[in-house]
Amino acid sequence: MSLLRLRDVDTFYGEIHILQQVSLEVGKGELVCLLGGNASGKSTTLKTILGLVRPRGGVVELDGENVTGKTTSYRIARGMAIVPENRRLFAPMTVFENLQMGAYLQKGGLDEQLERVFDLFPILKDRRRQLAGTLSGGEQQMVAVGRALMSRPKLLLMDEPSMGLAPILVERNFEIIQQVHEAGVAVLVVEQNANVSLSIADRGYVLQTGRIVLADSAQALLRNEDLRKAYLGR
Amino acid sequence: MGTGGEIPEVPGRPDERDRPRVGVDEWVANVEDRREQRAGIAGLARRIDDLVPPWALLVLFAVVAASLPLWMGRGDLFAYGIFTLIYVLLGLGLNVVVGYAGLLDLGYVALFGFGAYFYALLSSEQYGIHWPSAVSIPVVVVSTALLGLVLGIPSRRLLGDYLAIVTLFFGQAFVVFVNAANPTVRGKGLTGGPNGIADVDPNDLFGYELTTRRQQYWFILAVVLLVLIGLHFLSESRTGRAWRALREDPLAAEAMSIPVNRLKLMAFAFGAGIAGLTGCMFAAVLTAVTSGNFGLPILITIYAVVILGGIGSLTGVVIGAIVINVSFQFLAPENPQDNARILFYAVIVLLLVLSMRPWWRLAAVLGGTLVFGLVAHTLAGAISSSWTAGAVVEGGRFAGVISDWVIIPAGHDHFANIAYIALVVSILALTRVRGWWRTAMLVPTVYLAAIVWETSFVEEPAVARWILFGTLLVFLMTVRPQGLLGTPRVEIV
Repeated sequence: MSLLRLRDVDTFYGEIHILQQVSLEVGKGELVCLLGGNASGKSTTLKTILGLVRPRGGVVELDGENVTGKTTSYRIARGMAIVPENRRLFAPMTVFENLQMGAYLQKGGLDEQLERVFDLFPILKDRRRQLAGTLSGGEQQMVAVGRALMSRPKLLLMDEPSMGLAPILVERNFEIIQQVHEAGVAVLVVEQNANVSLSIADRGYVLQTGRIVLADSAQALLRNEDLRKAYLGR
Repeated sequence: MGTGGEIPEVPGRPDERDRPRVGVDEWVANVEDRREQRAGIAGLARRIDDLVPPWALLVLFAVVAASLPLWMGRGDLFAYGIFTLIYVLLGLGLNVVVGYAGLLDLGYVALFGFGAYFYALLSSEQYGIHWPSAVSIPVVVVSTALLGLVLGIPSRRLLGDYLAIVTLFFGQAFVVFVNAANPTVRGKGLTGGPNGIADVDPNDLFGYELTTRRQQYWFILAVVLLVLIGLHFLSESRTGRAWRALREDPLAAEAMSIPVNRLKLMAFAFGAGIAGLTGCMFAAVLTAVTSGNFGLPILITIYAVVILGGIGSLTGVVIGAIVINVSFQFLAPENPQDNARILFYAVIVLLLVLSMRPWWRLAAVLGGTLVFGLVAHTLAGAISSSWTAGAVVEGGRFAGVISDWVIIPAGHDHFANIAYIALVVSILALTRVRGWWRTAMLVPTVYLAAIVWETSFVEEPAVARWILFGTLLVFLMTVRPQGLLGTPRVEIV
C-alpha cells in the first residue's frame, strides 16, 4: 500500500485549471521526484498535497486515509512535513529554537526526536546555540531538513532544494536528502534539476502544463530521449 | 595565465592561526568571536544588556525606580515618574503585538482608552458605582483583552499595511464614538462627550485608597515589575518562540503547522489586556478621562517608545520610555524656553560635528556662521534700528547673546515668513551643490535656521517641541535603525 496517493486531482486557481487529472504515488520509504519546468504545476501539486489549496476534484490519500478535505495541521500531525523553497529558516532564532518550532504540535518526545536529528546531522549539535541566519548554506539546509524531521514525519516533501544554489551546495543538499531517505523516511522531491534528482531517486514523474506526461523508474527516465532533450539539453 | 617564467613566491602569513584551512568551517563556528564590538554608548548598553542577567537588570531597575520618590518633588514625580511608568506599561503591551508577533496594530490606543473609560464607569460618580480595584481592574483587563480579540480578527487575513489601516480606523472610530456618539444610558451621556468622565476613584489596595502621588507611583511600579517578569517568561516560552517564528516568516510557521491565527489573536488579546490594565491606573491617577488623551499623539509616542528602545526587547521598552518621557518633559511648555533653545542649537552643532570632515571645514562653518551673524546683525542695525529691535522670547543665560546675533525686527510676523521660505530655498540649494560651495552655503543656512527658530518656533512651544522631538527621532533612527537595544536583522542569503 502506498503512503501518499493522488488520484485524478483537479486543482483550480479561480477560473484557471492548473492541475489536470494528476495521479501519483509515493510508497513507504521511497524516494520519488516530481520534475517539471516553470509553470508546470509543481508547486500547486505540493500545495494540494499539503492542503494549502483544495482540489476541485480527485482524492488525496495519506497512509490509506482520505485527507482531501483536511487542514494542513491535520496532515502534518498525520505524518507529513515540508522543507519549503529557499529553506525559510527563522533567521534570528537559534538552531535549537528552529528545531523546536518543527515539533510545535507535539507535546512530548522532543528530546528523543532532537537526538535523532543530531545523529543524522552531528554538526548541528555543536551549532545548536547559534543563530540560524549565521550558518553556512549547507548547514542551513540541514536545519531546514532537521526542522521538518522534528515532527516525526513518514513523508518528507522537498520544494526545489536546488533552487538558486551553487552546484557544490546542490550536491550537498541531495546528499542530505539521501541521508534522510536512508533513515527510512519517504521523500517526495519537487525539482527542476532532473539530472541530480533522478540520480538519487527510485522513481520519477514529469509534470507538464498541469499533466503528468511521464512516469517511470529513475533509471528509465534518465535514458528517456524526450526528457533528455527537454531537461538535460543533450 | 602566464606562460612559463618564474612564479613569484607567495609571502607567508605572519600568523599561522589566521590561515584558512580547506574543509574546516571555522568561520561559521566562531561567528560569535568574530562579531565586532560596537563602539560608543549604544555598544556599551548592548554589552551591559548581554552581560548582566535579566533578573539583575530588573532588581537594578526596581531599586532605582523605587527610590525615586525619596528625592523627587511631587510635581516632578507625577510628570517624570508616573508618566514614564505609564509609557513603559503601554510600550510593553504594544511590544507583544508589534515586537513579538510582528502585527502592525494602529488601534492599540483605543484599547488603552477603552480600559480607562471602563474603569471610570465602574469607579466614579458617573453612575454612582464604586467597585473596589480588586474587582474592577480584573474585570477591565479581561474585557479589554476580549475587545482586543475582536480587533485582532482582521489579522487572520490582513497583514502589514492593510492591517494597519483597518486597526487605525478602529482607533479613530473609538475616539469619535466617545466624543460624539455619547449614547444616553440611564439619563446620562455614557462617555460624557468632550467633557469626559470626572471624579474617578483612585486605585485601592483592598480598601486602602492610594491618594498621594508616592503611593500611586509605587503601586504602578509594582504592576510594571509584575508585568515585566510575566512578559520575560512569556517571551522565553513555547508561545513566545512561536510568536517570533510567526513574525519572521508566517508562511514557514504555517508549514510547520504552528497555529498562526490562534497565535495572532492571542498576541492581540495579551497586548490589549496590558493596555486595559494601564488604562485603569491612568484614569485613577488623572482622576478623569477625556477622549483627547487617546488620540494619535499618544499612539505615535508609544510607537516611538517601542521603536526607539528596539522592537522585541523588554529592556529596550523601559529605556525607550525613559528617554522619550524625560525629553518630553524637558521640552514641556511649562519649562523655561531655554531648554528647547539649548537643545535646538546643540542638535545643529552636533549634526555639523558628526557630518563634517575634516575638522577645519567644520571650524570654518561654525566660525563663519558666528561672524556672518555678527556682521549681518550690525549691518541690519546700521540700516534701521527697528530691524534689530525685536525682543528675544523668554530670557535665560543664552538670550543676551542671541539678541546680539540674530536679526529680530520689531514686528516680525512678515519677516518670519520670508525667513522661513528663504530657509527652505537655501536647504534645497544645499542639496544641489558640492564641495566648497556646500560649505559656504551652510553658513547662511544655519543662520537662517537660527532666525526661523527665534522668530517663529519659539513663539509656539508646542509645535517647536514636536519638531525638535521628531528631528531627534529621525536622527537616531537613521544612525541606529534597529533601535537602542534591538537586534539588527540577519538576512539569509
